Amino acid sequence: MRTCIPPEFIVKIDHLRCRRCRRCIMNCGFGTLSFQDRVVADNHKCVACHRCVTFCPEGAITVESNPLSFKANEHWTPAVIKAIYKQAETGGMLFTGMGNDRKYISYFDQLALDACQVTNPSIDPLREPMELRTYLGRKPNSLQVEVKDGNYVLATEMGPQIKLETPIIFAGMSFGSISLNAHKALARAASICGTLMNTGEGGLHRELYPYSSNIIVQVASGRFGVSQEYLDRAAAVEIKIGQGAKPGIGGHLPGEKINQEVSQTRMIPEGTDAISPAPHHDIYSIEDLSQLIYALKEATRYQKPVGVKIAAVHNVAAIASGIARAGADFIYIDGMRGGTGATPTVIRDNIGIPIEMAIAAVDDRLRQEGIRNWVTIIAAGGIRSSGDVAKAIALGADVVAIGTAALVAMGCRLCQKCYTGNCSWGIATQRPELVRRLEPEEATERLVNLVRGWSLELKEILGALGVNAIESLRGSRERLRGIGLNKTELEILGVKPAGR
Amino acid sequence: MVRIDCKGLYYRELNELIKTKADEGETEFYLDNINGQRYIGTGLSNPGIKIYVNGVPGNDLATFLNGPEIVVYDNAQDAICNTMNSGQVTVHGHAGDVLGYGMRGGRLLIKGDVGYRVGIHMKEYKKQVPVIVAGGTAGDFLGEYMAGGILVVLGLDRKPGAPLTGDYLGTGMHGGVIYLRGEVDPVKLGKEVAVFDVTDEDWKVLGQHLQDFCASFDVDYNEVSSEKFYKLLPVSHRPYGRLYAY
Repeated sequence: MRTCIPPEFIVKIDHLRCRRCRRCIMNCGFGTLSFQDRVVADNHKCVACHRCVTFCPEGAITVESNPLSFKANEHWTPAVIKAIYKQAETGGMLFTGMGNDRKYISYFDQLALDACQVTNPSIDPLREPMELRTYLGRKPNSLQVEVKDGNYVLATEMGPQIKLETPIIFAGMSFGSISLNAHKALARAASICGTLMNTGEGGLHRELYPYSSNIIVQVASGRFGVSQEYLDRAAAVEIKIGQGAKPGIGGHLPGEKINQEVSQTRMIPEGTDAISPAPHHDIYSIEDLSQLIYALKEATRYQKPVGVKIAAVHNVAAIASGIARAGADFIYIDGMRGGTGATPTVIRDNIGIPIEMAIAAVDDRLRQEGIRNWVTIIAAGGIRSSGDVAKAIALGADVVAIGTAALVAMGCRLCQKCYTGNCSWGIATQRPELVRRLEPEEATERLVNLVRGWSLELKEILGALGVNAIESLRGSRERLRGIGLNKTELEILGVKPAGR
Repeated sequence: MVRIDCKGLYYRELNELIKTKADEGETEFYLDNINGQRYIGTGLSNPGIKIYVNGVPGNDLATFLNGPEIVVYDNAQDAICNTMNSGQVTVHGHAGDVLGYGMRGGRLLIKGDVGYRVGIHMKEYKKQVPVIVAGGTAGDFLGEYMAGGILVVLGLDRKPGAPLTGDYLGTGMHGGVIYLRGEVDPVKLGKEVAVFDVTDEDWKVLGQHLQDFCASFDVDYNEVSSEKFYKLLPVSHRPYGRLYAY
C-alpha cells in the first residue's frame, strides 16, 4: 500500500564536502543511502542511528528531525497521528525496541542524596579504602561463630554467595536479540570487572564457556538452550517470569534472526520463530515456582544461587514476598523503563510501575515480614548513571543491573529498531557483515571503562555521605530527600521532602 | 547395584545419595518404598545409569535428565521429564500434568493416561527429537506451543465414549507432529493445526516407537497398530508471523 507517513528524519548530504567514497552507503544497515551519480538518501528508511554520520570521513552528513509540522494539537500529537497511519496501512501491532520513551516522571530525578558537612566528616575515597563489594545470595537470619583451635570460624551454614566487586551487573539480553560479539564483550567485561553478565533466554554460546564464573544463565518459558550443561556453565541461575518492557507477555524472536549460530545455541531449527509463551506453563502458582526453583537447586546440587526475574507491576511487593518464600536467593525487579529487543509498543509504554517505587515497596514489605535478608534484590529498568545506582541502593536494592546503558557504552544510539535485525552498530543484529563491526575487544574496553567510571563515582558519593561501604547506604532512605513530590509519593518512597 | 529403602527418606538426601553413588561409578539403582519424593534423577548426566522406582515418585522426576534410563513400576506425578535432554523414562501406570515441558530429547513412555498440558513447547534440533507415547488418553492443551518432537496418544483401554484427548489440542503448535490412534473431534483442535493421514514414511518412525512401547508394557503390537492413526501437523512454522507493523 502507498504510505502516507512522512519520514521521521531528513538526511542531508553536503555534496561540496562529499568525495563520493561511498563509505556511508556501506555503513547503513537500513539501506537508506544509495549512489546515483552522487549519494542519495531515502529519508523514509533513516532511523537516526548515526552510523553514516559517525563514519563519514568528511563530516558531510547530518541527520535532522523532519521539520514537517502538523497543525498544533496537544491531544493529537504527530506521534499519535503517525502511529494511526502505520496501523491503517498494515493492520498490525506497533512494534518497537529498547525501553519506554514516554514522558513519565522519573523519580530518580526527584530524589537528592545527602552529604556530610562539619559535624560528621566526609571521607576522601582517594586516600581511604571504600568498599563496593557486594555478595549476591541468601543471607542467614543470624550468624554463629565458634572458636576452633584458637581461631574464630563460622558455624552457620551459608548458602551459595557470589562475590561482586561492584554492585553493578549486566542485564539479561539474549544471544539472538543481540549479537555474539556483544555477548562476548559483556562476558569479558563482567569477568574483568568482577561482576556478572546475564545470558537472557537464548542459551549460552560455547565461546562464552570460559567466562562461566561471571555468567547468570536464564531459564525462561521457552526453555531455549536450557540443559544440564547450560546450568553447569553458570555462576547463578535465573528464572525469568517477566521483563519491564513487556510485563505479562511472552517473547518472540522472528525467524529472520534465527541463523545457524542462534539455532545451535537455542537448539531449534533455523528460520523458525522462537516463541516464548507468556507464562511458564509449568508455573501457575508460588508453589509451582518453588518447584522449579528447587528443581534448579537440585540440578546444581545447591551450589549456585537461584533467582527469579519479574517485571515491576502493581502488586510487586506481595509477589516478591511470595518469591522469597518460594526459596529464591535473589529477586531481579525490572521497572517500566526496562529495555527489550522487541515488544509491542502499547505494552512497553503503558504497563508496569517505575523501578524506584518498586524497590521501595519490595524493601518495605520484606522488612516488615522479617525476610529481607533471604534475598538479594537486583533493581533494573532505566538506570542511567552512578547517581541512579546510588539512589536505587539507598531505596533498598542490593545490586543494580544495566542493559540499555551497557548497549549505549558499546555504541547504541537508542534508535529503537532492534527488532528489525538491521543494527548498523553490530549490536542487535545477526547479519554477519554487521556483527563484524562490533569489535569485541573495543566493546569490552568501553564496558569496563563505564563500570570503572561509575564505580569511582559511587565511591565519591559514599565518601560525601561519610560512609565507607556500599552496605552502609543500602536501604538508608534517611540519606535521600524528595524534591517536588507529593505526600503519597514521599510515603511510598519512604523519604522526607527536601528541607525536613 | 544399589538398593535404597526410601521409606521416610527426604528427597534431598535421596537425590544426593543417588548422585554421590553415581559419581562413584554405580549404574544400577533400585529405589524401594518411594512415596512422593521429588526430583528423582534431576540433572543426572552420568552415562549408563538405570534407576528402577518401586512406588509413586513425586513431581519433577527426570527434570533436565541427560542420558539415564528410569523405570517407574507405578503411577507417576506431575512435570516428569521437564526440559529433558536425553535418556528414557518408562511409567507402568498413569502420569499427571505438564509432562515433558520444553523437552528437547529422549523418550517418555506411559502405559496409562496422562493429564493436562502434556508436551508443551517440546522442541527438536537436528537428530535430537523428543518423544512421548501415552497408552491411554490425554487431557487439555496437549502439545501446546509444540515446536518439535513427536507426541503419540493411543487411547488403549478407554471407557466407552471417553475422548482420546481434551480440548485445545496443538494450540499454537509450530513444529513437530502429534499421532493419534483414532479420530478426534475437530472442535477440540487448536486453530494452528490440521489433520492428515499417516503415511508409510511416518510408520517407519511411529512403528518403532510403538514396538518399543508394546515391548515395555507387554501389549499386543498388532492390536495397537490395527486401528487407524491420524496425524496433526502445524499449518505454519510461523503462526505469529503477521502480527506486527514494522
